[in-house]
Amino acid sequence: MGIKKISKDGFSGLIEGLIAETTVIGVQSKGDKFVYDLLGSSANLRLDYDVTILPPKKYFLQPAEILLRFDGEKYEAEFDDEEFVLVGVHPYDMIAINQIDKLYSEDNFDSHYMRRRENATVIACDVARASENVFASSMGTATVSEGFDILLTDIGDFYVAESATDKGEKLLGKAEGVSTAEDEDLKAREKIQEENKKNLNKHKLGCKPSELPGLLEKAYNHPIWEELGKKCFSCGSCNQVCPTCYCFNVQDEVNWDLKSGTRKRVWDGCLLDGFTKVAGGHEFRKSRADRIKHRIYRKGKYVPEKIGGEIACVGCGRCVGACLTDIANPVKIYNRLIEDIGIGK
Amino acid sequence: MSGRREDRSIYQPELATVRDRKMLNETELYLRLSMDSGVLEYKPGQFVEVSVAGIGEAPISISSSPTADDGFELVIRRVGNVTNAIHKLQTGDKVGIRGPYGKGLYPVDEVKGKDLIFICGGIGLVPQRSFIKYVLANRGEYGQVTIFFGTKTVAQRLFASELSEWDKLEGVEVKETVDKPEEGWGGEVGVITTLIDKIDKDIRDAMIFACGPPVMYKFVLLALEEKKVKAKNIYLNLERKMKCGVGKCGHCQMNNYYVCIDGPVFCYSKLKDIPEAI
Repeated sequence: MGIKKISKDGFSGLIEGLIAETTVIGVQSKGDKFVYDLLGSSANLRLDYDVTILPPKKYFLQPAEILLRFDGEKYEAEFDDEEFVLVGVHPYDMIAINQIDKLYSEDNFDSHYMRRRENATVIACDVARASENVFASSMGTATVSEGFDILLTDIGDFYVAESATDKGEKLLGKAEGVSTAEDEDLKAREKIQEENKKNLNKHKLGCKPSELPGLLEKAYNHPIWEELGKKCFSCGSCNQVCPTCYCFNVQDEVNWDLKSGTRKRVWDGCLLDGFTKVAGGHEFRKSRADRIKHRIYRKGKYVPEKIGGEIACVGCGRCVGACLTDIANPVKIYNRLIEDIGIGK
Repeated sequence: MSGRREDRSIYQPELATVRDRKMLNETELYLRLSMDSGVLEYKPGQFVEVSVAGIGEAPISISSSPTADDGFELVIRRVGNVTNAIHKLQTGDKVGIRGPYGKGLYPVDEVKGKDLIFICGGIGLVPQRSFIKYVLANRGEYGQVTIFFGTKTVAQRLFASELSEWDKLEGVEVKETVDKPEEGWGGEVGVITTLIDKIDKDIRDAMIFACGPPVMYKFVLLALEEKKVKAKNIYLNLERKMKCGVGKCGHCQMNNYYVCIDGPVFCYSKLKDIPEAI
């Protein structure tokens, strides 16, 4: 696979062509914020965005998706096989998708998620503008090297376009305005990526991400969990906006005949009341302090143990902005723990 | 349908037929089921997701022994929407089954030759029964079997005739207790730990298997500690909200373990490092 460059007009043309023949999802403005939504015109695409309200995860693990249909007795699995192109995925969100890919394909293969993932063509792009709360530089997620089909970097009049898959290569092959990326173009891309590795850092983590599991190993009984628990509304906003949260609930919906219907999975969140409640009423993780602790441990220790050490917080900063009581910032929590316990052995 | 994993859904129930049903007491329904295609192969300690279309799924422990060749048995307490719907099933009705799930970590082979003590609180007898029956079907391979069964009331007892049959077998002892006895009750009175307290022999080499409501474990473990039983000899069967059964949905997680794929039976020496377990 190779690295080329494509003129901005050429890229717009490519997107227009895609819109004419398939479903294209792209980052667009919504008020003073940005969202992923169905793209009607390349003019609406905003690759200069800072961060989207919700991560692109919603196109693979949908907020509500049909798993099965039933007719009163038999169950029939339902798969969504619509091909689509997702444009504008930032490196930190791409890394989150790569992590969920692992979690949904290993052990028990989740074909509902994985087929949707295979049906997608992902055009990622390096960050052009830091958001208010991003800390991807601290998490080592400011740049990405895999998972996408094409990675764009805005170097002025052109995008440097790296294709990482056959799908990406083919797509670029169709485009106009593609030319060889010269040394100076590659240097311009490297400069942007190197700067992002430093500057996407509105909250500075006081240790290496790889040191977080060890830090948490010692923090289980720290008073911070009770302190945060007292402030937490248990609203689950941090779960909702998180690109690496993948928990779900399952609900049946019955049609008017009271027989046939669908079984759906819907997003769920470990901060919400009732998440661990069993029939009969016993709730295993009842206190808010424990639920906040679980969220932080899941991102910083439990999931990393499942996916080869990668920390399951990608530093997008969405939870920082979404939290109603301003307590969700993982960096603040980690730094307080570092201050109190230290990261040494 | 091809064999590609992409074509299969891990959430798709297969149909089973109800072969037999009876109420064991006011709230507990016994079902004997058989899969419409093939045979359900399972280990003691595993569970299935029972699916009622339009209502949902509930994780239910398998109560029969894999040595049984006539379908598999479940006991379902009427406690929520799904279990209430399951209670309406009649003989001949179809029901969805996914599984079996869990590692079913009863150390079936490792404990051969050892004395076994089963501590069962209420419906906790149900999953234990799978291993008890397995042990009784392979009687020569295990030592003395002691079964403690405790319920709140006499009316809540389960498998009473089976228990008394087991009690008659050589090398098997069944002891029951109820919290609130009534006239004519000849067994012990009190919570399940009263039976543990009354053990008058050295049980340090015995293997202990406990299953009951969450609150039971704390007290059982204290009582076993008094008897100097080591953590590695104790196995607990844990209850959680196991929504998907396949380690994805997150509900049954306790610290870094998923009860559905890592348990639901755990050795206590492992649980000691899982603060959320008990």
